[in-house]
Amino acid sequence: MSQPSNLPRWATLWLMPVLNLFAALLVSGLVITLIGEDPVECLQLMINGAFGYPEGIGYTLFYTTSFIFTGLAVAAAFHAGLFNIGGEGQMYLAGLGVTLVCLGLDFLPGWVVIPLALLASMVFGAAWAFIPGYLQAKRGSHIVVTTIMFNFIASALMTWLLVDKLIMPGSQTPATRLFAESAWIPMLHELAANLGVELPQTPLNATFFLALLALVLFYLMVWRSHWGYTLRTVGLNEKAARYAGMPVSKVIIVAMCFSGALAGLAAVNELLGSTHRMNLAFTNGIGFVGIAVALMGRNHPFGILLSALLFGALTQGGLDLSFEKPAITHEMIILTQGLIILFCGALENLFQTPLALAFKQMTKR
Amino acid sequence: MAELAIELTGVNKYFGEVHANKNISFAVAKGSIHGIIGENGAGKSTLMSILYGYYQADSGSIRLNGQEVRIRNSHDAIARGIGMVHQHFMLVDTFTVLENIVLGAEQGVALKQSLQAARDHLAALNRDYGLQVDPDAIVGELGVGEQQRVEILKALYRGADVLILDEPTAVLTPQEADDLFRILRLLKAQGKTVLLITHKLREVLDITDAVTVMRAGEIVGNVVTADVGKEDLADLMVGRKVNLQLDKAPARLGKTVLQVSNLSLTDARGVKLLDDVSFELHAGEIVGIAGVSGNGQSELLEILSGMREASAGSVRYNGTELTTLQTREPKAAAYRRLGIAHVPEDRSREGLVKDFSTFENAILGYHDDPAIQRGLLFNRKAIIERCRRFISEFDVRPANAFRRSGLFSGGNQQKVILAREIDSDPQLMLIGQPTRGVDIGAIEFIHKRLMALRNAGKALLLVSVELDEILALSDRIIVMNAGRVSGELPAAQATATELGLLMGGHK
Ligand SMILES: Nc1ncnc2c1ncn2[C@@H]1O[C@H](COP(=O)(O)OP(=O)(O)OP(=O)(O)O)[C@@H](O)[C@H]1O
Ligand SMILES: [Mg+2]
Repeated sequence: MSQPSNLPRWATLWLMPVLNLFAALLVSGLVITLIGEDPVECLQLMINGAFGYPEGIGYTLFYTTSFIFTGLAVAAAFHAGLFNIGGEGQMYLAGLGVTLVCLGLDFLPGWVVIPLALLASMVFGAAWAFIPGYLQAKRGSHIVVTTIMFNFIASALMTWLLVDKLIMPGSQTPATRLFAESAWIPMLHELAANLGVELPQTPLNATFFLALLALVLFYLMVWRSHWGYTLRTVGLNEKAARYAGMPVSKVIIVAMCFSGALAGLAAVNELLGSTHRMNLAFTNGIGFVGIAVALMGRNHPFGILLSALLFGALTQGGLDLSFEKPAITHEMIILTQGLIILFCGALENLFQTPLALAFKQMTKR
Repeated sequence: MAELAIELTGVNKYFGEVHANKNISFAVAKGSIHGIIGENGAGKSTLMSILYGYYQADSGSIRLNGQEVRIRNSHDAIARGIGMVHQHFMLVDTFTVLENIVLGAEQGVALKQSLQAARDHLAALNRDYGLQVDPDAIVGELGVGEQQRVEILKALYRGADVLILDEPTAVLTPQEADDLFRILRLLKAQGKTVLLITHKLREVLDITDAVTVMRAGEIVGNVVTADVGKEDLADLMVGRKVNLQLDKAPARLGKTVLQVSNLSLTDARGVKLLDDVSFELHAGEIVGIAGVSGNGQSELLEILSGMREASAGSVRYNGTELTTLQTREPKAAAYRRLGIAHVPEDRSREGLVKDFSTFENAILGYHDDPAIQRGLLFNRKAIIERCRRFISEFDVRPANAFRRSGLFSGGNQQKVILAREIDSDPQLMLIGQPTRGVDIGAIEFIHKRLMALRNAGKALLLVSVELDEILALSDRIIVMNAGRVSGELPAAQATATELGLLMGGHK
């Protein structure tokens, strides 16, 4: 048993994550120094790359959008006491749903195809999460193990489908044909142009607003609704849930479906918002970053917004940085991400004891 | 004056805005048994945790054997000869007694050697204090009383001179409690100092030399046990006159609410946990189920509340057969809808979610209630209002609906659960251990509420290991032993001795 902390709430919620982040950046800085670059300059380049000019901001927010969805997905399962590592696979399958709708129906107008594609992404994502959820609830197979396995299955399945079935006829790259323009979700710069505002061309699209809406709805559902109440009771105390007459297995399965549907929406941002076709690598680790986003954001929508923004900035700023500094490779950016996960997740309470002591000293005086 | 083992001066402890210990000063004589009593939330456990190094005092000083000390953690405490027997035992179930005791105190590199040395040492301790613990028994297979003795042995093995026991008898049967007190007297005879927290005044009068009374974080009295009586202590604790005698108007029996016939429950290993149990319960009546814990009472409550399926037999409730009831929702929810409320025996693990705010726990099990929905969302205001009403009606302290339930003392948690279940206006109320670990003032209050429920024509089934409680509340008493009903008698004719015999399965 660890000593209960005497830290004020704001310190646990705000100060500790910031300190953790700072520590992660410090260690990254050390590594950058070791490979002979100037960490301060790198940080400046990165911040500038992410927020310094309109185009950078657009890209940052585009990445943020996907991270919000996969972060919420992890949080949804977490509140039911489940650790869903399968966001990546669920997003992959959701991409299949989107693709099937678009390839089959993109001759229809946008207001028909796009809602259908959204629905398909959620249904396919939910279905891929349903199976591990069912196995956990009814058979006791551990969700962590099954969701990881399902990531592999998803990846194998999609490779086969793309290489053998969905590939554009006559093409050499494993990707589908371009979807018809009616299925494209409007870009932000297009929307702005309609209003007479000129924005640089970036993949940032209307899905961003959907993500913001999802954050609000998530809060209302989890903390303010009957459904969320059952979800959290099951997550925090299964015995009490049984005492209260809650259908525990059903709650677990539904929670996983909810989680999978959220992860699925990330596929919409990528496919209908940006690439407009499906290729093999479109998930690109976004599902996994969602785990870090949820951890850092303490599974709360507001925290998830901030940490998704952080990881979005890291992705965009990191890309810019590696253009400027060939010594800083993509792997370096992954390392930084890894360090942030390490400090904010695994070493979450690193600064708790020293902070508690510091507070005690201060209040004594 | 006798030598002092412990001396506290001006100890203060805050939890946020809660002042849990206010300027505490008191002394404990060496080689004495010192009782600490007080209402729920008075700060007893907090004070002992400070002594044991689990919490740090915000100010004040501690002297041990006349020397000022700082106790930073439980290692410090153990090194200075302070041992603690926790209410929730800190033992590894799959280890033997010996392994548990050596755990964390291994001497030398070779575990085997240290085990042999420990075995000898243990045999000596066992002999000196009459603990009668088999060093090779698997802890998980021991009863609660024996596990507690293992905890005591563990503390002594680590060289404790001062032993702190936080509500040790809350989980014990009367016989086990007597055994414990015999051991404590032996410890005292050997010069050890014992600090005993309890809510049972009879125990305090029986065994302690001196008593410290706490109320709302402060010490309100230090008395020599021989000079006081039960009422004095109760009044001192609560700060007003306490009526220990419950008014019991004659019961006015209504129709039969519950009819249990030939109920049996067999577990996966084929052990009969319930064996052919039959009884009736009427409106306007309290039936008490007496018995040493673990004789089927818990299972009976679980079946009647819909949390477990019976293997055979029937349960009729207001004319409906419950065992074969077809429901879409889990049975526990369906039963509740039919007017069966349930205060579970294990309140902190079943009756509420510790990490929830109190207002969230105020609706646990009743979260379907249309009165608290507003469209797709909860009507948060209505929930908070309901919780505030519970808090004021049941005098929950501190009166804060947003405070996490786990931060409330046990008695105050229990009040919230009772308030919630009584408020549902049930036809049948199932109650397990309503006053376990609850202070005297609150017991008086809870008993009055239960009696009022009965006088209002409700049927109450009360399971308790406290014979006093069973005798005070019940109209009829059913005694259980080894899963069977070993006797049924009107409360007016029952005596503690007779019940004791039935509980043991004699007669
Ligand atoms: N870790 C904690 N954080 C915040 N408040 C706490 C904590 N522990 C105890 N308290 C509060 O301090 C007060 C004293 O609690 P304590 O557990 O010492 O009471 P107690 O006398 O042991 O009560 P009981 O008889 O119910 O066990 C209570 O108001 C309680 O809610
Ligand atoms: Mg206590």
